[in-house]
Amino acid sequence: MLAPVMTHSRNSVRGSAGPAVLLALLLLILVGVTVVLFASHAYSPPSPITAEGRLTDQQYGRTLWVAGVIFILAQLALAYAALRFRDRGRPARFIRGNNALEVVWTLATVVLFVGLSVMGRRAWADARLGAAPADAVQIEVTTTQFVYTFRYPGPDGKFGRLDPNLVSASTGNPLGLDPNDAAGKDDIVVPVLTVPANRPVELLIRSQDVVHNFFVRELRLQQDAVPGMVIPVNFTADRVGRYEIVCTQLCGQGHNTMRSFLNVVPEPEYESFLKQQAVGQ
Amino acid sequence: MSAGSAVSAAPESARRAIPTSLEAPTGFVRRYIFSTDHKVVGLQYFFLSLTAVLIGVVLSLLMRFHLVWPTAHLPFVRGGIMTPEQYLALVTLHGTIMVFFVLTTAPQNGFGNYFLPLQIGAPEMAFPRLNSISFWLTFAAFLCLLATCIVPGGGPISGWTAYPPLSGLGEVTGPGEGIGQTVWIVSILIFCAGSLLSSVNFIATIIDLRAPGMTLGRMPLTVWAWFVTAISILLAFGVLLAGGVLLLLDRSAGTNFFLPAGLVVSGQVQAHAGGSPLLWQHLFWFFGHPEVYIAILPGMGVVSQVLATFSRKPVFGYRAMAGSLCAIGLLGFVVWGHHMFVSGMSPYSGLTFSLLTMSIGVPSAIKTFNWLGTLWGGRIRFRSPMLFAMGFVSFFVTGGLSGIFLGQPALDSTLHATYYVVAHFHIVMGVAAIFGIFAATHYWFPKMFGRVMDETLAKLHFWLTFAGAYCIFMPLHFVGIAGGVRRYADFTGVDYLTALLPLHRFVTFAAFATGAAQIIFLYNFFHSLRSGAQAPMNPWDATTLEWTTSSPPPIDNFGGKLPRVYRGPYEYSVPGATVDFLPQNLAIEESRDVQ
Repeated sequence: MLAPVMTHSRNSVRGSAGPAVLLALLLLILVGVTVVLFASHAYSPPSPITAEGRLTDQQYGRTLWVAGVIFILAQLALAYAALRFRDRGRPARFIRGNNALEVVWTLATVVLFVGLSVMGRRAWADARLGAAPADAVQIEVTTTQFVYTFRYPGPDGKFGRLDPNLVSASTGNPLGLDPNDAAGKDDIVVPVLTVPANRPVELLIRSQDVVHNFFVRELRLQQDAVPGMVIPVNFTADRVGRYEIVCTQLCGQGHNTMRSFLNVVPEPEYESFLKQQAVGQ
Repeated sequence: MSAGSAVSAAPESARRAIPTSLEAPTGFVRRYIFSTDHKVVGLQYFFLSLTAVLIGVVLSLLMRFHLVWPTAHLPFVRGGIMTPEQYLALVTLHGTIMVFFVLTTAPQNGFGNYFLPLQIGAPEMAFPRLNSISFWLTFAAFLCLLATCIVPGGGPISGWTAYPPLSGLGEVTGPGEGIGQTVWIVSILIFCAGSLLSSVNFIATIIDLRAPGMTLGRMPLTVWAWFVTAISILLAFGVLLAGGVLLLLDRSAGTNFFLPAGLVVSGQVQAHAGGSPLLWQHLFWFFGHPEVYIAILPGMGVVSQVLATFSRKPVFGYRAMAGSLCAIGLLGFVVWGHHMFVSGMSPYSGLTFSLLTMSIGVPSAIKTFNWLGTLWGGRIRFRSPMLFAMGFVSFFVTGGLSGIFLGQPALDSTLHATYYVVAHFHIVMGVAAIFGIFAATHYWFPKMFGRVMDETLAKLHFWLTFAGAYCIFMPLHFVGIAGGVRRYADFTGVDYLTALLPLHRFVTFAAFATGAAQIIFLYNFFHSLRSGAQAPMNPWDATTLEWTTSSPPPIDNFGGKLPRVYRGPYEYSVPGATVDFLPQNLAIEESRDVQ
């Protein structure tokens, strides 16, 4: 057996307080600046325009409290340990652990984290699980590199048939509408999304080429557009305005140029928008 | 310890078959290039990672520069101004290099190869030649990845996640999606092969080659971490390998695993039908989420070891620490769906994945509490490895807590694919893991090179990097909360993104400053390599077996003998002992002398 080398005195230099104080100071600054920035809401997004969006914000607030308190306590504990337990020449306390403490903090985090997940169910369920009401305005969203195209079914309430072989953006048929299908004759195809305020809207999201995304931060809603799938999402916007739609799923060279607008307009204005477009088609 | 008796160490007879007095090969090529010595292979992995991280950092600085000065002329860019496809190729290359060739390579294969046999008292890895092959496969994969920059069409623009159909159709979907994307996939496949071989080697070594007395319950937590990581690699990279082969077939053999019917790209109808883009996402993230833990678990092991060494205390709750490593490894395989909340996957599975994801916060919290418990009542020596380990704890807390937002589908519905996610994963798997690597580098440098790094420069580097990394990544949370989208080559096309540019400018300045601070590390590393002070056998008064042999260790690690283990890995400040550390190979009768 090799004799262990015992050169113990070398390291027990009673260090200066420098590193302990500096580390504690940096951690304090970290906690302080973070708390101030979060509390000031300086970078909060504009307030949501749907009930589901407001539920999401409430859940965000709850999560921020839980995460914030743990963040502050843990970083401060680290700072305290650095200051309090730096080598002052006293021997360390020999502790292997504490089973009671292990049980307490395990159960506490189970309750907190799983509890948060359970509380957050409603915001998700309200936005995603319910089917759209029967009177919802149906609008189809089609993504292609790097544009959004929106289709309304027109007065007959029916979308016409699409055929990939007929797609031709240059001749004014970006979706490939089949001219032989009567249901498609009155379909309205536009590059900007206009919806009535205070009425349920159901978007049917699809993609022609690669995976894209539909994101409006005021809706607190992102949904990928996946080729081969039609993904429904529904919402009721209750604040009139013009909001930016952006793509958040890397879709190619022009990803950052892929943008459109969501216009939330009062009901009468929506009706006149539809009439105007019907004439144009 | 009962955990140890579950699997006993290999019988003596098996062990005697292993040659313990190896001859060091002579000649540079046999000794440093095609060596089968686990220490040389470990260093090969380490220097490969060091090269990779330097390239990765430079790429990220180019991206940060372009984001805030999108129209500035760059001397080395064709045409002067960086194009969107060049930017996206940087995104892809940066992500791939950092995830695979830095975060997967250095902590596990670099330090793991070097120190696993030393820490369990073995003369070699179980399969030394396989070990060398693993490295050279990884090296080939790296060259292959770099080759994407020079092939016609340039590097792929689909990011490190390579979602089809963007990545599955060839150059019709964009520049770089032709040969560049194919070469990228080949690089990943080779990397997978290397990682799988290496993981088998790690698992076999830990099960079969532990020294007498090195029960599972006496293994250092680093060894536990490498063990769980190796098992995760074995289970995760096999899936990525399969997915990569399918993607390659879709691209080149006309198969339809990920490509559905009716695709129209740039006006051309594609001749594919029957595939599902979501299938790739499931396969990719089934690998991709465990990958996060593959990157961070070895760091957790190192941090536990370093905190104990420099607090002069046993690791608080050793069994809880080993158990939570296993729990994280296991849970890591059932949470991949949280990357796909808004992918079009059933919203009901979103609820299930949320519950599982939030549960993984529990073992992570257990680790944090036990690290604080290890510091509590200690006698902390603020040496550079210790500072980096404490920095790791701080970043792990910060990055872990931002995860409990993203684990909830309702909140992910707005934070997904924003800079909030960028901030989250850079802090928890990037910065924290890198701090783990820095802690390991400073801790084991004397053992690896027989010299000591300059402590003043090491501390200076720590302070600048600790403050700098927070300055880079904290503001990005706010960019994301405001809806700032990631992977954009230019923000000026969207009004509200343009409004966030001042924050981005601050981040870019912080990135350049922090990047510059790394020069201190490089100088200190290479200068100490040549002219640092001679390192003794055990400079930190540490307890694990690697400190009981010379610095650097001889070719057979323990000079013709194998150690016998008598005690747990972290016997610091044991009451009654005259010294504050009892090495693992210190026999009971010998320890009476020091008690």
